[in-house]
Amino acid sequence: MSFFQKLKNKFKNPENNTTDEQTPEKYKEGLKKTRTSFSDKMNNLMARYRKVDEDFFEELEEVLIGSDVGVTTVMDLVDELRMEAKRQNIKDSSQLKDVISEKLVEIYQGDEDEQPQKLQINENGLTIYLFVGVNGVGKTTSIGKMAYKLKNEGKKVVMAAGDTFRAGAIEQLQVWGERTGVEVIRHNAGSDPAAVIYDGIKAAQARGADVLLCDTAGRLQNKVNLMNELNKVHRVIEREVPGAPHEVLLVLDATTGQNALAQAKTFQETAKVSGIVLSKLDGTAKGGIVLAIRNEMQIPVKFVGLGEQMEDLQEFDPNAFVYGIFADLMQEEEQAE
Amino acid sequence: MAFEGLADRLQSTIQKIRGRGKVTEQDVKEMTREVRLALLEADVNFKVVKQLINKIKERAIGQEVMESLTPGQQVIKVVQEELTQLMGGEQSKIATAERPPTVIMMVGLQGAGKTTTTGKLANHLRKKHNRNPLLVAADVYRPAAIDQLETLGKQLSLPVFSMGTEANPVDIANEAIKKAKEEHHDYVIIDTAGRLHVDEKLMDELTQIKTDVKPAEIFLVVDAMTGQDAVNVAESFDSQLDISGVVLTKLDGDTRGGAALSIRAVTGKPIKFVGMGERTDQLEAFHPERMASRILGMGDVLSLIEKAQENVDEKQARDLEEKMRSMSFTFDDFLEQMSQVKKMGPLDDLLDMLPGAGKMKGMKNVQLDEKQLVYVEAIIQSMTRKERQEPSLINASRKKRIAKGSGRSVSEVNRLLKQFEDMKKMMKQMTNMQKGKKKRGMKFPFM
Repeated sequence: MSFFQKLKNKFKNPENNTTDEQTPEKYKEGLKKTRTSFSDKMNNLMARYRKVDEDFFEELEEVLIGSDVGVTTVMDLVDELRMEAKRQNIKDSSQLKDVISEKLVEIYQGDEDEQPQKLQINENGLTIYLFVGVNGVGKTTSIGKMAYKLKNEGKKVVMAAGDTFRAGAIEQLQVWGERTGVEVIRHNAGSDPAAVIYDGIKAAQARGADVLLCDTAGRLQNKVNLMNELNKVHRVIEREVPGAPHEVLLVLDATTGQNALAQAKTFQETAKVSGIVLSKLDGTAKGGIVLAIRNEMQIPVKFVGLGEQMEDLQEFDPNAFVYGIFADLMQEEEQAE
Repeated sequence: MAFEGLADRLQSTIQKIRGRGKVTEQDVKEMTREVRLALLEADVNFKVVKQLINKIKERAIGQEVMESLTPGQQVIKVVQEELTQLMGGEQSKIATAERPPTVIMMVGLQGAGKTTTTGKLANHLRKKHNRNPLLVAADVYRPAAIDQLETLGKQLSLPVFSMGTEANPVDIANEAIKKAKEEHHDYVIIDTAGRLHVDEKLMDELTQIKTDVKPAEIFLVVDAMTGQDAVNVAESFDSQLDISGVVLTKLDGDTRGGAALSIRAVTGKPIKFVGMGERTDQLEAFHPERMASRILGMGDVLSLIEKAQENVDEKQARDLEEKMRSMSFTFDDFLEQMSQVKKMGPLDDLLDMLPGAGKMKGMKNVQLDEKQLVYVEAIIQSMTRKERQEPSLINASRKKRIAKGSGRSVSEVNRLLKQFEDMKKMMKQMTNMQKGKKKRGMKFPFM
């Protein structure tokens, strides 16, 4: 049985499939651009290099780097492939195709279990999620989508408008509050974000809410003072609710290049990031950043933004993600068989 | 920063060559491989890298590098020249329409910073060119995007035209032009909604606006952190709208910004401005040679000097110089100096601009502590006026009081006093040295 067959069977077999039926289709749709360009590139590569030689590997490096996979990750991966080709004495490039995909999937899935990573929940009391990230990655939008999702799951949700800096940010969250029917705790623009979050906690507790979603202002990770401010917000939450925040979600823009790694590292140091929300994944031809992050850091990707609709925030499911990316390659394989 | 600059990367190869005195073709190959990796790590598109590397190889294998005494530096020089050349000249001019108003359209992906840049650009037009711009809120899709522009307009005291979220962006643009004519605005800046370059419907909307309002400039706003995809985004916006220039945002982050090079290479359109911060006055002209250094991770001395010039009052600097010469430098002056350095931004940022500083910071214990500055400030502020003028007054009991007042220890107070004395001594030596030579003082004593 080919490797793709195995992967596909995972989806057909309901026991292995924990997420709802729709998920793989959603991924397939959302990742349309990623998928076509990646498989196009791979096929193109196979067609031009029948023989496995140094030129082939160099080109492969470029296809992968072109998908924003981190340079280090790519170099490691290609080195491994060189060894593999030598070991199995592979001369024909098409034979290597399966090995390449398998290696990629391996990195996407990480060493741990293949199940999607669920969000931590505080069983006895208020659960708090803190959203952080640089400017313009889609923090507020992700929070709005998350509120919609949690509310649909029957949870009582409150949002705290902690971005008191950017013009219009509070109003933006307010609109999301109206759309989703979730209360937004807000102060005036320019006030102390830690105070807003504090009030948010108090309000959520008073109303007996299940989840509090905290927005923060976008900040570039090299701005020391702003990172300190974030640290303060984190401390306030920690102090008010022991064990909180239950998740610190770093929102990363999928179009970001190598800097995404620097962002993940710095935010992890300051705000103890526990998971990543990868936004705007529907728009980019890449997705390779997921690979880089999985490979070079221990932070799991928990959610991906696959569109502009309220329901377009999906749990990151490594299997479905890989399925989405390789769907075309799989079909070809089937036809060939 | 996670990545090492090109200079660091080339170190090992250069060291190997040093003992031999002759550079082989193999050495050049190794060096160009390092150059390739450095460029890729800076997010320069791989296709652009390939072209560049071929050019660099040609020049490097020729006499230029192989016969040079310092091949490593020569390679860096060649690379930097090629990059600068590719990025073109400095062009921060904004076109003017024959008949006012001149219309500028801002386009780009979601979250690139279009609205913020719209505000900055309006501020720039008014302050530097004495214009009277009208801002147009045509982003009806993102929640509160109109509020954002209106808030910016209020901050800048500039009028914002909007028709709510129900109106069609094309109609908004047309109405705005009408209004601008009536109210005699000479510039109109249209803030459009962020959209994916693959979203046909929304791209058609932009084409429609373009046909109707005939903008003199269409600026593509691009996040400097964008990865390999920057090429596709730029190419597709350019082919559908024929953009006139690019604004690169969030360049105050620590990204290398290789996207700049990619965009320039595929579209041939100039990068006109760069966003350097969240304040509305932080829009700067684009400097190709500085960007080249940045992409290569080689520091940016020019920007540092410029920053100093911007933030340090010329007159104050001269006064200070006079004080140093006459040895009447006091703790008050010291405080003044510190606040000027602080105005220039976080110390880490400043250090980043110095070549070779990247390496220094790599050593963990050299990490700059902004807090130390705050402590020093607190100690000085706990001194009386008189003590600041005459530090020799400070005896043991005064030290105790100062320590208490500032919440620091007596030993810290001692240390500061000692440093201050050393500094004065140093100044004396320097002024003595200078007396012999030309009468040219140091403009920036802290550098």
